[in-house]
Amino acid sequence: MENTENNQLNYLLHLADTSMILGQRLSEWCGKGPVLEQDIALSNIALDLLGEASHYYELAANLQGEGKTEDDLAFLRNERDFKNLLITERPNGHFGDTIARQFYFDIYHVLLLNELKKSSNSETAAIAEKSLKEATYHAKWSSEWVIRLGDGTEESHDKIQKSILDFVDYTDEMFIPTNWEKALIASGEMPDITTLKDKWTTRVNQVLEEATLTVDFSKSRKLIGGKDGKHTEALGYILAEMQYMQRTYPNMEW
Amino acid sequence: MQFTEEQIWQFLSEVQDPEVPVLNILELGIVREVLIKNDEVEVVVTPTYSGCPATSMINMSIRLKLIEKGIKNVKLTNRLSPAWTTDWMTAGAKEKLKAYGIAPPVYSKTNQDDLFAKPDEVPCPHCGSGHTKLVSQFGSTACKALYQCEDCREPFDYFKCH
Repeated sequence: MENTENNQLNYLLHLADTSMILGQRLSEWCGKGPVLEQDIALSNIALDLLGEASHYYELAANLQGEGKTEDDLAFLRNERDFKNLLITERPNGHFGDTIARQFYFDIYHVLLLNELKKSSNSETAAIAEKSLKEATYHAKWSSEWVIRLGDGTEESHDKIQKSILDFVDYTDEMFIPTNWEKALIASGEMPDITTLKDKWTTRVNQVLEEATLTVDFSKSRKLIGGKDGKHTEALGYILAEMQYMQRTYPNMEW
Repeated sequence: MQFTEEQIWQFLSEVQDPEVPVLNILELGIVREVLIKNDEVEVVVTPTYSGCPATSMINMSIRLKLIEKGIKNVKLTNRLSPAWTTDWMTAGAKEKLKAYGIAPPVYSKTNQDDLFAKPDEVPCPHCGSGHTKLVSQFGSTACKALYQCEDCREPFDYFKCH
């Protein structure tokens, strides 16, 4: 029983951490976007993701039942406790890098939420139903930018082509279950992510073709570990900035 | 309880949306239910966007409004499902938005999942021309996109379909 609850908690934290870390990353663009409209777009997407994350954290805090709040979970856990996908913590790079990372994630996010909204857990299903509308909108935006940059000038094409290749290694993690995910999939408590890979590849390729970009997914180095707390060096820096206030002034409130 | 449910709904119609101040929260379609139990009034609210910063402000405004009317025991409940849609906005709200210079949602029939779907065709709220273009999918708040009229050249906000 205790183990089952742990798995469920892990899953909620994984969903929450993934959306929050990507939201935090995108918010670094605020005030620095290439043009005003896209600066605003990045901040809007960040806000949607942070909103989604806070809903999951709330459920996780309730499940944990130790009187903790969503803020405790976001601001007072250590690097090894975070279960976000590695792709979400990777640095923003240039605009094309951010777009490539976002595009891979958005297509996955839409497919995942589409399954999650059928979840037997009505609270998780409600968050997924709500967030799916937003994620679909994000996917349109990032797909459009992949096409615009890929099928744009020679320079934009070369830059986004490199970005698209750079993030391939981090995409397999979306579809490779951890041990605790395998248990949840077996009991029907989370969607079988292994079945999403083909749909994801089809949708991604559809956009890449339109964008005159190419990628060979079989060359992926399949970097995984984020869901089990094994992160790249980038995460610590994000947490240092994000958690600074709460750790320096414990229990502070806005 | 000294108030009827109908009176509570009336009070709630006095709470404005902080980001689109021409609309009240009933016109926006986010109040799902009002429940009266003994001396407690429970208001069930469905948020527009997951991360909309106005949500907590609206909750506070509801509480303050009901306290102002003499109701001390106010309970606010967040309900995510079914998810809020712009279809829940009243017909009157659309007219008010237009008069305020924001193009109301056009209830697009396009498939939301289609990545290559054309953007909604939105008439200009200033001159009424249908000759407009999408400038940016994202606008000044989560619920808006940015358009420009190709005839009168005015840029305008579009309350996007959701």
